[in-house]
This record gives sequence, C-alpha cells and structure tokens, in this order.
Amino acid sequence: MADEAQGGGVHADMAAGMYDRSQGHTSALSEGADISNGSSPMSSKSIAPKVTVGEARIDVAAETEALSGEGAAGALVTFIGYCRDEEGRLSALELEHYPGMAEREIRKIAEEAAERWPLIAVRAAHRHGKIAPGEEIVFVACSSRHRGAAFEAASYIMDFMKTKAPFWKREHLKDGSVGGWVESKATDESAGDKWHRI
Amino acid sequence: MKLSYFAWVRERIGKSDEEVALPAGVETVSDLLDWLRSRGENYEYALQVPEIIRVAIDQEHVDHSERLAGAGEIALFPPMTGG
Repeated sequence: MADEAQGGGVHADMAAGMYDRSQGHTSALSEGADISNGSSPMSSKSIAPKVTVGEARIDVAAETEALSGEGAAGALVTFIGYCRDEEGRLSALELEHYPGMAEREIRKIAEEAAERWPLIAVRAAHRHGKIAPGEEIVFVACSSRHRGAAFEAASYIMDFMKTKAPFWKREHLKDGSVGGWVESKATDESAGDKWHRI
Repeated sequence: MKLSYFAWVRERIGKSDEEVALPAGVETVSDLLDWLRSRGENYEYALQVPEIIRVAIDQEHVDHSERLAGAGEIALFPPMTGG
C-alpha cells in the first residue's frame, strides 16, 4: 500500500535516555502527587521550541545529546520517523513541502505542546527532498521533569505534524519509475481528535 | 492575487503558481475552487473533488467558507502526508 510508506509509530525510539535519568522520580511517589506529571496544564511560562526544516540528514545522536539536560530533566522522549523500503520496492521517498508554512506549522504545534505540558525542551526537525530507505524523515524530542509529559507531548506533536504540516510524500521505485503520491490515512487524519480537551 | 499549488494539485494543474485577477462574485475559498474548475480540463482534473482540497491563506490553514478579501497568497494542496 502506498499509504504505508513511512514508519509511523513502528520505529519509535521512545525510550532513549529516559530510564537512567528518571530514576527516583517515577513510581508512586511522583505519579499523581506532582501536578507537573502527565497532562496537567502548567501555564506560567512555556519554553521556545527549536524547529528546523531542511534537506540535510538529522544528526539524531547529536540532537539527543544536546537535549540530555543538565540535571533539570528527568525524562527525554525522542521519536524518529524513518523511510521504509516497502519490502525492497522503494528506492526513495521524495518529500515536497511548502517553504515557510512547513516550519511555521511545526512551530505552532510544538508551541501548543509546550503550553499544554510542563516541558523543559522541545525539538522538532523535518526533512524534505529525496530520502533513502533507512534514513530519518522526522525527529521529535521532548524533555520534562517526569516522563508522562514528555511522552504525551511527543505523541501530540507527531499526531498534528502528520496532518497539519504541509509535506507530501511520493514514492520513487527501485525499477527507476516514479510511483504515486502517498495517500493520507484516515487513522492519521483522526489521530488529533484524541487530544481535544473536554 | 498569487495562487500556489502543491503535490498532485500542482502536477494536475501543470504549474506551481500563478497570478490571477478574481472575477466579481468570487468571495470565498469555495467560490475560488468553483471558478478555477471552470478554467480548463487541468483545473477540473485537479479539483474534481473540491472537498478534499486543503487551502491556506497567507500560510494559515483555512476552511472552504473563509473569505478571500485581503488575501495575499492562496495555496491549494492535497491532504498532508508528512511526518
């Protein structure tokens, strides 16, 4: 299926860097007892997300290291979306984007996440152009004192990035032909619904 | 007014952008889509299912009921598939 051309949640590198730093913060002690955990809106001042859109490879190791924090963060959740090879059928995915609006929309989504959860840092990077199977397409990272906020915020950003950020994928096939445009998935279209506040 | 097209909307229309002068009576996004469809087979092909076309005015997502007055750049594109 053309609409399966990218590794949504399958390759999530969700736990990177989280376990060691959250020692002593998680468990019953903080769950529920601390309003900064989970999705409780924390208001006051939210941080400025760092957002980039470009053709270059994303240095995931360096980006992750940069967010490891200096003691403030107890959790860092990272997500990497990869280009799949679709059982060897694909030679590349080509991502078209709307320059300017793409970065603006991602920033808007990241800022919403930073307002909604008590995050320490937010990083979002999205590539455009030709991307080979195995390469990263998107990188999202959120750090927070406790893991709940970081997990939820990263998931929120991905859900809205897929349906609001102006990018379009098309397949390039191993046989040299250009395949079709990837169709949007109903599951992606509706993924944002679960974040609506009552 | 500048119109920009992306992905298969761009391919089917056959250009990535153009300057147009809107005729009287074209006041909303919905009116614009109807008017464009009347401009030729390529537009009709690109916009034959207008309800799935996404629209941004000056780089902000808008509904088809949005008014065009004051718009600088209007972009038409398919549902997004990034991430």
